[in-house]
Amino acid sequence: MSKFGQSGFSRRTVVGALLASVALAGCGGAKNDGAKQQGVTAASAGGAPEKPVLKLGFIKLTDMAPLAIAKEKGFFAEEGLNVTLEPQANWKVLLDGVIGGQLDGAHMLAGQPIAATIGYGTKADLIAPLSLDLNGNAITVSNRVWDQIKGKLQRSADGKPIHPISASVLQPVVQSFKEQGKPFNMGMVFPVSTHNYELRYWLAAGGLNPGYYTPGDIKGTVDADVQLSVTPPPQMPATLEAGTIEGYCVGEPWNQAAVQKKIGVPIVTDDQIWHDNPEKVFGLRKDFAEKYPGTTAAMLRAIIKAQQWLDADGGKNRKEAVKILAQSNYVGADEAVIAASMTGKFTYEPGDTRDTPGFNIFFDKYAGYPFYSDAIWYLTQMRRWGQIPVDHPDQWYFDQAKAVYRPDLYLAAAQQLVAKGTISADDLPETDGFRGEQDGFIDGVTYDGKQPNAYLAKFKIGLKKGQKVSASGVSGS
Amino acid sequence: MASVYAPVEPLHGAPVIEETSVASEHSAPSQGKTPPPGAASAPQGPGKVQAFLAGKGKAILAPVLGVLAFIGLWAALAPMVDTSLGALPGPVEVAEQGAALFHEWQASNEAKAAFYEAQDARIAAGTQAMAFDYAGPPTFLDQVTTSLETVALGFVLATLVAVPVGLAAGLSPLFNAAINPLIQIMKPVSPLAWLPIVTMVVSATITSADPLLAKSFVISAIVVTLCSLWPTLINTAVGTASIDKDLLNVGRVLKLGTFQKLTKLVLPSALPYIFTGMRLSLGVGWMVLIAAEMLAQNPGLGKFVWDEFQNGSSQSLARIMFAVIVIGLIGFLLDRLMMTLQNLVSRNHAI
Repeated sequence: MSKFGQSGFSRRTVVGALLASVALAGCGGAKNDGAKQQGVTAASAGGAPEKPVLKLGFIKLTDMAPLAIAKEKGFFAEEGLNVTLEPQANWKVLLDGVIGGQLDGAHMLAGQPIAATIGYGTKADLIAPLSLDLNGNAITVSNRVWDQIKGKLQRSADGKPIHPISASVLQPVVQSFKEQGKPFNMGMVFPVSTHNYELRYWLAAGGLNPGYYTPGDIKGTVDADVQLSVTPPPQMPATLEAGTIEGYCVGEPWNQAAVQKKIGVPIVTDDQIWHDNPEKVFGLRKDFAEKYPGTTAAMLRAIIKAQQWLDADGGKNRKEAVKILAQSNYVGADEAVIAASMTGKFTYEPGDTRDTPGFNIFFDKYAGYPFYSDAIWYLTQMRRWGQIPVDHPDQWYFDQAKAVYRPDLYLAAAQQLVAKGTISADDLPETDGFRGEQDGFIDGVTYDGKQPNAYLAKFKIGLKKGQKVSASGVSGS
Repeated sequence: MASVYAPVEPLHGAPVIEETSVASEHSAPSQGKTPPPGAASAPQGPGKVQAFLAGKGKAILAPVLGVLAFIGLWAALAPMVDTSLGALPGPVEVAEQGAALFHEWQASNEAKAAFYEAQDARIAAGTQAMAFDYAGPPTFLDQVTTSLETVALGFVLATLVAVPVGLAAGLSPLFNAAINPLIQIMKPVSPLAWLPIVTMVVSATITSADPLLAKSFVISAIVVTLCSLWPTLINTAVGTASIDKDLLNVGRVLKLGTFQKLTKLVLPSALPYIFTGMRLSLGVGWMVLIAAEMLAQNPGLGKFVWDEFQNGSSQSLARIMFAVIVIGLIGFLLDRLMMTLQNLVSRNHAI
């Protein structure tokens, strides 16, 4: 019992808590109204952290690695920050935590700060001053589905399927489900998640309609051949095993977990759907960044150092990173499962392990720089599937992207590191925030962030100019 | 209107059911019987040895055998259940994880000590301006402590509300009739249904950047309050209403004031009921807290269980089972604690 006493009661005794609760009613509104509104600029980012004690949220995924590394390798401490990292149950809880102020920042889906800013879902001013990684997701199908399609795949001389595998191989399976009157269900992690858009992109590229969103709804199943639903990432394998879904798109380690548990087979990686696609961001409230510019810059510097550490010297630190991530307070999956995608390899069906050096990139290829064009791609997909219910001119897309993605903050923090010699000036791109015309998509369509409306017109499946979605279908032309 | 919900009846009717389950337990000791009832009532049979065995058998041997049989069955059957995380862990694996959690706690204490030492050195050297609290991950014991603190706060808040309202309802049939429909409707609502509302309200109410109590802590505690209000409230009302009319008449003859009537007559006779209600409340509160922590991801044992479920590592199931056992033991201890208090109160006021 004495040990028990030492562990927690010193922090906050029960009695103290009870007394405090009585005072609770009083500590409501008045306190922070007087905070000065100061613009958060590169100039104000150099100061000491105003708020050094922080709590950041994350979801149990390997791409939260920059946060865990920044904490465990002491990069946060170097910047004078005392950071607690707290796992969240799902993306909704995490988003509410950031908006509500329980969390000072978080490992976020790129779509979350964008959607919050344009008011799809909870409206709030969030910003993304840093991109955490490139790639890192895959789509897995159940063994049952895999058994039905594996005989039809084109195979190379060594007997392994030729990649990338198009979603068109699923068409007969979906057809047979339809004939039996059953929906073909697949899981993704959040309505505005990268995974939702990647899964939709892959399905549509293979001629399967993943369904449209009516204004205000979050199911997105109008006209759908494949019904998508939301499941928190760590529960994907369990949901697949329970038979609720036939496949899913999720970040690691939850595809390799399916391989390990022998319940499913990864069929395509997001790198194959869109080569070097932008993934998670570090998101926080705009008013937080304005109120605490020094803290914000310190957090960014620590995370950039962690990103560099993760990709340093051809990934020699990855093994150590895997050990850290396997701790039960971070990702917590078995080390072998995490290592299966973090160390340059990726296993598809059993026996088909391939070299995938770029499966997740944290620092190289300017992975940390928040490109406006990446935000605009997410916005185009929101429009493509009806989450943005009406057309907007190109300028609207630029304005929204610039409100959320903040390369100015990234550069301010990164340049301080360049000045100290921690990172090289070559690690920062010279750019206007647009990546230029990109190919590398599975369907061969090219993307230019400067022409979002023209890009939207290129898709066979997807809303066109003037089209609207209602429960009965798509109307207008 | 009265015919719809029968204002007085249900309020007084409901607790009788809850009361009976408890009454049998608490009446036994209050009659002066010490815990091993078997020993006291041993038959005057053939020999002392047999009587002794029979007595001890009921008190110690039978429970021990029951537990051993359960552990044996568990050990035998668990390996036969194959999950995607491997076979269901048996007692040995669970015990191992219990030990592992203890070692994690030890390691965390060492890390904490090292952190403070390094920090003191930095502060002494002038490289760090202010002292920080250790921000390591919460250990299992931290989570247990958080859960206990949460349930304590929720329970105390509930009692502070329920007892005065219950007294008022017991003393005034009019007030009773007024709040009865509310109670009848609120009581069956799962507190988890309140969770989203409580979350939003608390988030909106506590706007301080650095509040005295963490929002998540307050949210969990209020959810516990909402569900542990009702048994105490109803039992208090019943206890107050069922006070001996002669006593009240005596009070009237002695011209006792309202306050004196309350402290000298009503409270003493209602106390056993109040404590019965509180005991039920605490049990409900503990059960609900774990569920609320799981759903809302507020720190505590529920979050520990959910995090381990999400980890899905090869040790996760054993760790969850260990947590389940700990949750059960704590619930049991809390119940015993309340039962002891309840017995003390009943005995003191038994006439």
